[in-house]
Parts: sequence; structure tokens; C-alpha cells
Amino acid sequence: MFWNSEIECLPKEGLRKLQYGSIKSLISKLYSSNAFYRHKMDSVNVKPDDIRSLSDISKLPFMTKQEFRDNYPTKMFSVPNTDIVRYHVSSGTTGKPTLVGYTRKDLDYWTDALARSLTSIGIGEDDTLQVSYGYGLFTGGLGLHYGAERVGASVLPASTGSTERQLELMQDLEVTAIACTPSYFIHIMDVAKEIGIDFLRDTKLRKAILGAEPWSEGMRKRIEESSGIRAYDIYGTSELAGPMFTECEERNGIHICGDMAYIETVDPDSGEPLESGEKGELVITMLKKEAFPLVRYRIRDLSAVYDDVCACGRSSPRIARISGRSDDMLIVRGINVFPSQIEYALMQVPQVGNQYMIVLTRDGALDNMVVQVEINPEYFSDKVKDMISLRSHIESELKKYLNLAVHVELKAPGELPRFDGKASRVKDKRSL
Amino acid sequence: MPEENVIIQLSIFVNNEPGRLAAIARTLKESNVNMKAFNLAESAEFGILRAIVDDPEESFEKIRQKGIIVKKTQVIGIVINDAPGSLFDAADVCGREGINIEYGYAYAGKNLSAFFIRVDEPHRAVTALKEAGIALVKGTDI
Ligand SMILES: [Zn+2]
Repeated sequence: MFWNSEIECLPKEGLRKLQYGSIKSLISKLYSSNAFYRHKMDSVNVKPDDIRSLSDISKLPFMTKQEFRDNYPTKMFSVPNTDIVRYHVSSGTTGKPTLVGYTRKDLDYWTDALARSLTSIGIGEDDTLQVSYGYGLFTGGLGLHYGAERVGASVLPASTGSTERQLELMQDLEVTAIACTPSYFIHIMDVAKEIGIDFLRDTKLRKAILGAEPWSEGMRKRIEESSGIRAYDIYGTSELAGPMFTECEERNGIHICGDMAYIETVDPDSGEPLESGEKGELVITMLKKEAFPLVRYRIRDLSAVYDDVCACGRSSPRIARISGRSDDMLIVRGINVFPSQIEYALMQVPQVGNQYMIVLTRDGALDNMVVQVEINPEYFSDKVKDMISLRSHIESELKKYLNLAVHVELKAPGELPRFDGKASRVKDKRSL
Repeated sequence: MPEENVIIQLSIFVNNEPGRLAAIARTLKESNVNMKAFNLAESAEFGILRAIVDDPEESFEKIRQKGIIVKKTQVIGIVINDAPGSLFDAADVCGREGINIEYGYAYAGKNLSAFFIRVDEPHRAVTALKEAGIALVKGTDI
């Protein structure tokens, strides 16, 4: 089943022509009307006329997340604020968040991408989709909501939380599919088990669209084996629009709609383009975005691009499951955290010595972040209650800087590992 | 003279991991630090070893040089061998004086048994306990 078979199954040659045309006109338009982007191109001495083939896109400079932060809130927007019909904001732990804006057309394309994606996994007007992504500043809830409405599915805007009630509604309304984070789905599974609900026996739920946080094939296998529900991976970040691309029924990579996006992989160190199938860092150019264009944006997610025609008939390139990040950003309970921010916060607390380790574990569905710190000997006390309040003090200071609850463990100086070269202060023990 | 009854205890931070306490005990032994009495307080992830040692000043330096977190803490020793009930009397005096006992632990030597207590105002506690006729350990007794 296709939402738009003409564009989705466009022969490769036609798709490349379409992409080249889109990039060409996007770059010309940006160069003449967007000061930020013109300056970027001038700084590497590239003019719109230098783009003479699709592969010439590699001459264009990269865009980075830092640029979004530096130009907060709307300095990078290409349209007047009056043309913006919606904002979303993604959370970080310090500094400015990433603000994204959408014109009416931007929302339309986002919704259309999701309509194609939902159709590709067989979700349509006969379905009831429970959207258990957060609604609000986060893109997941509203994104899936409008996508599902477009294909004519009945939408249950459940958002997150009140899990028992969600299960009750799932049964009463005969929900057939759910969209949420993998960790929330695991929580729903746990609660269902506790109250004696078997999905296959007691509900009509058969499909789960999971994403917006890292997960693995191993986790998919576990979820499917214990719930009997077929799980699909979804991809997208707020800079692109939100979650917007999914696997098809083949589940052999996530289809990136070729008329909307041009996806490349580059070597994370050199920035040089890689061949299809080679593992590297994803770089994306959004071909139709209006509010703020994205040209060669370094998403920092590691994957590979497959450019053959999929067995489902779609010609759009597919990306392999995200295997990690090329920077050290951690996603903890949906919040982006850089170890450098934790380090900065720790160094503001005089009770903390010079060494620390960040240990991530997953307790059921919840991420748990433990920061082990060597204490500053000056603050050592022979009283247990003093030491416990010292620990609480460090925890509340970290909470203040990071806006994220962390558990602190006190260690004696010399107890934590020292690093000669590149320090690896993060132990991620979450089974993803 | 309250000073002669104020005893120096060494307090040592111990990670609550297998082998850490043994490692510290070995370091003390190798440094010829002789523990007369000790007590270990534990929480989930760390412990605090409190020890009465021979020559606390010199021992303190030896331990500190090993990179171990150590601190000198003033405690008071209540003689308990020849006066049963003296521990209760001492606690009673402290209670009446509003002196809070943080923790305590027992010591049994050849010539003397005692109970060491940690209070926030050791000098005031010594004066009050002595006035109440309670026998206290002198640094030179142990
Ligand atoms: Zn496919």
C-alpha cells in the first residue's frame, strides 16, 4: 500500500533529477535571500552556480546544532514570524534549547511524510492509533497525531502517563496501533502484565511505532517476543520537523522520502562523503522546508544509507538503524545531555574533587544516571549524616545546573579511573 | 584540664566496595599504625572507619601520605570497667547539658575498658562529665 505511489516509487533516475532540481533552486533562493546562509557559502567560496550535479552538494558547508543555539530563537528563520504557524522546542540541559518553527506548508510536508510512513506499515482508515508520545513542545505527539488523521485512522491522543487508563482505553476503543518511545512501551508492557492483560488475547493492538530515543534490534526482539506486537522503527529530529520517517513492512531500513530530503553519510572525522552502505554520520538536506531550511545538517547520528530499490517497491533511500552518535551526546529520559555540561556543573561544586564517572543504567523503563565523584578531602566528615547531606548537596547542585535528577555516589580520591589520553568518563550500561 | 581527656581519633573515608577496607587495613599495618579500637559506619556506597591508634599525630601523617582521606576527630573515653552504669550516667549528663552524642564504640584494653563517644563540644562535655564524677580516659592511658 502506498500513500503516493507516483512519488514513492519514482525510478531512481527520476528521483535524482528531482532532488538535483530541488537542491539547485533551494541554494539559489537561500543565497539571494538568507544572509546567514549566503555568509556561510561565501566563507567557503562556493556560489550557487558551482552546484552542477547532485554530488556537488558536498561542496556546500555543513550546518551544526551549535548554529541553532547561537541563532536562538528565530535568527535563522527564512520567513517572517507572521508566516510561522507552530513552534516546537527540544530540550537540552543547559544553555538555549533548540527552537523550530513551521509554516503551514512545513506542517503539510511533515504530515504527508508520516501519512506515507503509516501507510507503508499498513496503518489506514480501519485503524485506531494511540499516540502515547508527549504532546506539547516535544514534536512526537502532535506530529504522529496529524499524520494518523491524514490517513483517516482514528486517533487517541493519549500522551504519556496514566498507563493503566491507557490500557483501559486501548481495550475499550479497540486500538490497533500505538506510537511511543521504546522505553514507554516497555513500561506499558510491564503494567499490562501486572494487571493481567495479554495484548494478543485481550486487545486488538498489533503494531507499535517506536522511536525518539535510541534502541536496538535486540530490544525489538525482546519487545516482540514478550508482547506479540510487531514493532517498527521511526526516525526524525526536531530540526527535520520531528519523527517523520519509518520502516516499511520489509523492516530493512527506514525510508527517507526522497522528494523531501537528501540524505548523505560522511566520515565523522574528515567530513568526506561516504559510499552508500558505508557506515558514517548522517547529513541531511531538507528539500522543501520553508521556515528554516536545513542544508547539509550534521545530525551526529551514525548509520548507513542504502540506495537500492526496496523490496516494497519504494525507491527512496533507506537508513540503517541508528548505531550511535559521532559526538558524546547522551539522551537521558528524553533530555539531551553532553558530558561536558555535567563536568562544568561538577566543577562549580567545591565539595567535588577532580575525577568523576557517569554511569547510565536502565531501571525498568526509566533511565538512571549515576555520577560518581571523588570528594574533596577538605569536606570529609567523620559523621555519616554529614556525608549524606554532602551527597544530597551535590545532587541538588547538579539538578540546578542540568535540570535533570542524578544520583551521586561519593568516592575516595584515587578510586576512580585516571585517563592518559582521551578520557572515557561515560559507562552506558543501558541495554538498548 | 579538659585537654588531657580529649582523645584523638582518626576518621578514614572508605569506599564501600569489596576489598577496600582490607586494602586500608593493609596500608595501616604496612605503615605500622596500630589500631587500639575501631568502629565502621556504613551507608550504601561508602563507609567511615573511626580508629583510636598509637601516636595519632604520626599515624595521621603516615596515612595522609598514602593518599587516603583521613581526619583527626576529638572524642572522649568513658571508663567503664569498675563502674557499671557509668555509660548511662555519662549519657544522662550529656543529655541534661544538651550535648549531642553522635556515635560511640567500645574499647577493651589490658588495664582498662572504655566507651568512646563523639560529641560536638568535647571540652564542655569533659568538664560536665568530670563534675558529675565520671571517670574519663586520659590520652596516656591507652
Ligand atoms: Zn521498503
